[in-house]
Amino acid sequence: MSNFEYAPAPESRAVVSIDPVYGLFINGKFVPGKTHFPAINPATGEKLSKITQASATDVNKAVAAARGVYSKTWSKMPPAERAKYLYRIARILQERAREFAVLETLDNGKPIRESRDIDIPLVAAHFFYHAGWADKLQYAGFGTQPKAHGVVGAIIPWNFPLLMLAWKVAPALATGNTVVLKPAETTSLTALLFAQVCQQAELPAGVVNIVTGDGKVGAALVNHPDVDKIAFTGSTDVGKIIARSVAHSGKSVTLELGGKGANIVFEDAAIDEAVEGIVNGIFFNQGHVCCAGSRLLVQEGIHDELLEKLKRRMGQIRLGDPLDKNTDIGAINSADQLAKIKALTDVGLREGGESWSPDCVLPDKGFWFAPTIFTGVTQAHRIAREEIFGPVLSVLTFRTPQEAMEKANNTPFGLSAGIWSEKGSRILWASKHLQAGVIWANTFNKFDPTSPFGGYKESGWGREGGRHGLGAYLKGDDHE
Amino acid sequence: MNASTILDGSEASLKNFLRTLPGVDQVGAEARAAMLGTRSIKNASKSYAIDLAISMVDLTTLEGADTPGKVRALCSKGLRPDPTDASVPRVGAICVYNDMVEIGRQHLDSIGGQDLPIAAVSTAFPSGRASMPVKIHDTQDAIAAGATEIDMVIDRGAFLSGHYGTVFDEIKQIKQLCGERAHLKVILETGELVTYDNVRKASFLAMLAGADFIKTSTGKVAPAATAPVVLVMLEAVRDYYAMTGQKIGVKAAGGIRTTKDAIKQLVLVNETAGPEWLHPSLFRIGASALLNDLLMQRMKIRDGRYASPNYVTID
Repeated sequence: MSNFEYAPAPESRAVVSIDPVYGLFINGKFVPGKTHFPAINPATGEKLSKITQASATDVNKAVAAARGVYSKTWSKMPPAERAKYLYRIARILQERAREFAVLETLDNGKPIRESRDIDIPLVAAHFFYHAGWADKLQYAGFGTQPKAHGVVGAIIPWNFPLLMLAWKVAPALATGNTVVLKPAETTSLTALLFAQVCQQAELPAGVVNIVTGDGKVGAALVNHPDVDKIAFTGSTDVGKIIARSVAHSGKSVTLELGGKGANIVFEDAAIDEAVEGIVNGIFFNQGHVCCAGSRLLVQEGIHDELLEKLKRRMGQIRLGDPLDKNTDIGAINSADQLAKIKALTDVGLREGGESWSPDCVLPDKGFWFAPTIFTGVTQAHRIAREEIFGPVLSVLTFRTPQEAMEKANNTPFGLSAGIWSEKGSRILWASKHLQAGVIWANTFNKFDPTSPFGGYKESGWGREGGRHGLGAYLKGDDHE
Repeated sequence: MNASTILDGSEASLKNFLRTLPGVDQVGAEARAAMLGTRSIKNASKSYAIDLAISMVDLTTLEGADTPGKVRALCSKGLRPDPTDASVPRVGAICVYNDMVEIGRQHLDSIGGQDLPIAAVSTAFPSGRASMPVKIHDTQDAIAAGATEIDMVIDRGAFLSGHYGTVFDEIKQIKQLCGERAHLKVILETGELVTYDNVRKASFLAMLAGADFIKTSTGKVAPAATAPVVLVMLEAVRDYYAMTGQKIGVKAAGGIRTTKDAIKQLVLVNETAGPEWLHPSLFRIGASALLNDLLMQRMKIRDGRYASPNYVTID
């Protein structure tokens, strides 16, 4: 060895056992399904297992199970008892953290460093946090006798499969609801392992039900008359369909949708840390992050210096086997998503954007996309307006703080924004003017169960996490 | 671009330049250093890293109770870290107090270590609390005794009170004394500078004044070579190289005791300043106990099992 190359350091797969075929989790039991589709490891294309495509009848059974246990047991249980189950689940998740991290990486393609250090610890934190609320809801500001909705239909995306499950299931259970959850079609495995955790924790049968499959299953759940509330995280297009479907149905709904977050770097920023924040903002989880900082707004005076440093830093990014502990960027989750990213970046090139990627060898098998930045982008480019949901950053410039605010807000979305400045007054000023649900100052993509998360405009309705997030699962407080 | 185009010799120009340096965000710098600490170095990379780290050690003894015998033993060890295995590289340098330089030099010359450098700590190490004539004499003494590397301390009192010109002039004078005869390492004593902003400023100040190396600490003050401090200093040499085309070395000293710590330092170098800095001429680790841990890890890789500490020499 002539220089300091990092030898492969793969995390062992031996810690997980994947069944050849999975059924649905209804009323505390795994129920075999009739038709199946494959679960694929996006890093290799390998078939990991077969997942059941739930039918409308299956959805009916799951909702009936959730309703049954809600009426008979769960709604009558003292809140402190509910909390015990949540604490128990949280502890089991921590005990089995490595297993969940490896499985998440296999099924999703995200690097083990992220599933191990970010996803799974946050999942456990969400359950611990909400366990604490379960018997204190009357002090949370929702009246003295806050009431659960009943049956919650939760539909979650593939970018943070288990974490999004936790964002829905933990508050729903803490507030006294029961859940029918539909994981994303391409990432069902950790949800099904979570079903085993529910069994291990002896959670009453039917409190959590998991129905797998494509969008038809989600539609059946959304349109089911006995579902009281829909909690959805996913694309803005599907979010709009759901909003139309539940209109006049009496169902309450929270939507956490797309984004095109502006990461705004002022010339007085701490440059090296801003570069880290830009990298973390767009290349974290392959850019499959609804709140990704996918638009870099950089003050003209430092544009060249910042771009030089950013490119140098991007040269250090390690793309490859997601199970390798030294990998920074893993695989794109699916062939479909890869095609979408390619289509939009092609548009970017045709519109005259200049694309740059560091030298990196993409593996032969599986779905991969090199980290990419587009310079020379303006507000008029599609890549500055549409969510790419991949490791692609559009770089725009501004001259005055006012211009930065106008450009940052000139988007149909409003989920996240980042401000990089060493000047406290500027941070406070900018945070007042940005129309975004989450604003990070001198950091990006930081999540915590105590902090509400959600969007303005087409980025969604309602908040998840924190005290505000509890309101979404209690009657009369959806849009608090 | 070089120091003379940035500075016109006045303290005002130095202050103005240091003021243009971007700040360091504490949370961000610490997060980056922590992330790099999770890199997993295994198998062939680990063997490579251990030998590289050994070749970068400034094997140090800086005790009031040091004896000529101890210094001679240290020199022998530095030249042949494992007497039973000739494939182990020699260390980067031997680092001692002023009065031990001659003893070490003579011993090394007599055992075939003519080209193993001896570094002397200087300018009223570790506190730097002495008048300039004393500091100058201290340095002259060390060079006359055969030191080819001078590890000087900066006047932290002057730096913290904003008298950057004083610090600059002291380094410049010591650099002139060193000339071509000795390599100058400037110790910032980051544990007393406290903030990362100060570490960045002091790094640039030392480089502009003529440092060949910037060094974290004396080893007498904690915290010393923490990962974020070394990160900020590596960023400084990287940026200084981009600005002037001149490569300045970094020495991390104090608190690096295990192979794991040392490898984390190498990862920081590799991913911050870049692979070119992974050479004893541009990165050193000031340590004493570290060498034995590196040797024991090396034996473990060679033999497949951990040996008792009695298989490495205590001094």
